[in-house]
Amino acid sequence: MNSPASTTVIAPQLRDPAWLSRVFWLCAGLVLLAPALVLTEFKPWTLFEAETIKSTKRFLADFFPPKVEGEFLLLVAKECWRTVAIATAGMALALLIAIPLTLISTSALSISALPGRMHAIPFVVRQAVRWLLIVLRSVPELIWALVFVRVVGLGPTAGVLAIALTYGGMLGKVYGEILESDESHATNTLLRNGAGRLQAFFYGLLPQSAAELTSYTVYRWECAIRSSAVLGFVGAGGLGQQMDNSMKMFQGGEVATMLIVFMLLVGLADYASAWLRRVLA
Amino acid sequence: MRITLQGLAARHPAAAAASPPALKPLTLTIAPGEQVAIIGPSGAGKTTLLYALACALEPATGRLELDGVDPWLLSVAQLQKLRGRLFLAPQTPPLPPRQRVITAVLAARLPQQSLLASLRSLFYPTHIAEAEAALTRFDLAGKLWNRVDRLSGGERQRVGLARALISKADLWLVDEPLSSLDPSRAILAIDALTQSARDCGATLITTLHQVDVATRFPRVIGLRDGELQFDLLAHEVTPERLAALYAQHEHELLGAPPAPGDDGADGKPAAAMYCR
Repeated sequence: MNSPASTTVIAPQLRDPAWLSRVFWLCAGLVLLAPALVLTEFKPWTLFEAETIKSTKRFLADFFPPKVEGEFLLLVAKECWRTVAIATAGMALALLIAIPLTLISTSALSISALPGRMHAIPFVVRQAVRWLLIVLRSVPELIWALVFVRVVGLGPTAGVLAIALTYGGMLGKVYGEILESDESHATNTLLRNGAGRLQAFFYGLLPQSAAELTSYTVYRWECAIRSSAVLGFVGAGGLGQQMDNSMKMFQGGEVATMLIVFMLLVGLADYASAWLRRVLA
Repeated sequence: MRITLQGLAARHPAAAAASPPALKPLTLTIAPGEQVAIIGPSGAGKTTLLYALACALEPATGRLELDGVDPWLLSVAQLQKLRGRLFLAPQTPPLPPRQRVITAVLAARLPQQSLLASLRSLFYPTHIAEAEAALTRFDLAGKLWNRVDRLSGGERQRVGLARALISKADLWLVDEPLSSLDPSRAILAIDALTQSARDCGATLITTLHQVDVATRFPRVIGLRDGELQFDLLAHEVTPERLAALYAQHEHELLGAPPAPGDDGADGKPAAAMYCR
């Protein structure tokens, strides 16, 4: 059965030298994961206990049938439109925050770094902007919303401002990463030939990364729509606020209708993103 | 542009400070309007020399003077202004694939344009006729409105060369302009390049792998292992000198250029990792 060759020891040069570190990191990953599972009380089997299943069923039964009365649908449509408006306005403000900060912080546009090492002042400025972005996005939009609900009162404005700040931080970070990970050859050459930073951005970096930047922005817009639903629960307007009301009134059917509308919205954003990618590819 | 090198040595920015420089101390003068070919086997330091001249690499030791000015004593802004008078064409044409040829060519004019003018040119290109004339010189007439990724490798390389004509620079530094051109095209391209440089009154310095093409330049510099082997007029470059220059690299002398990008100063691994 076994050929004599297979029983002999494999020559050392034919052995994959990387396998030991692969095994090590696999084990290390598992060891690090274990305490996280303990800490989060990860017990999936409780999902299938008879008691849990019964209460789950009771909760879900409330959702059926979805409410489709004309007047209610009109209200949902209006609130849905408001949700999209909150997300869009929030994104527009977030872009106003993110784009200048990205342009300042991305090292792909550093002139002083061209011959090798960035100068001290540009380096400090870039780090400062990076920290500003960290602060902006590390405060969850829910907290920002709670703050702004107190400042500007209940309503969509609080939601718009909350999304603008958190998403400004996220967009700024990821835009920077996209710009820095893309092929920098064209941009570098423009800078080396004496072009300005913004010129190099518009003629080198942006055409290189436009598709990726757009698809990420549309994805974030989709996230903003979902996020504005959560913000509604703390009184920042939109479909979320309606959903909160219906939940409190135990109107499962209304919640179900709104969830379906939500799925349609997210699906729509998905198609818009795919279409934009195709156009820009 | 008058170029003076005094014991200039340079190494790649990623190289260890203790490692021997890719370009060993070199003293050299190039007069305004001169046309120079730099030849030598792979790893001779040709590209390093070119990047040092382009102010893209800071000298490890020694001094570079462009028109009597040491660029590394200038402020960042002044140096960037000086770079606007240099045109560096890397071996791999620096053209974003989704850009149109017209935009890619006109990008060479950016240092002479205000930000507003360059944005306006993105909306509706200015200097279309100039770009078309430059492309025609390199046998690319009619490619003006094509997208860069629709061009062949050779066409892209020639678009990269046509940018020089748009740049208004006093010093053209061209790295391996023929690496993806076939021999007959290569001759046409190099003639167009030298003629254009003469027309623009620019100094032209080119690294080359094709020794037969190099002798079309009035002056030929031979580099090997980062050291100057010869600095001669074209007719003084004898087969014996070439044989000595390419000893142990004879296959390159016979006209088999190495794969492009093997000694470029650019190229970082593309790694994308986003937190979404």
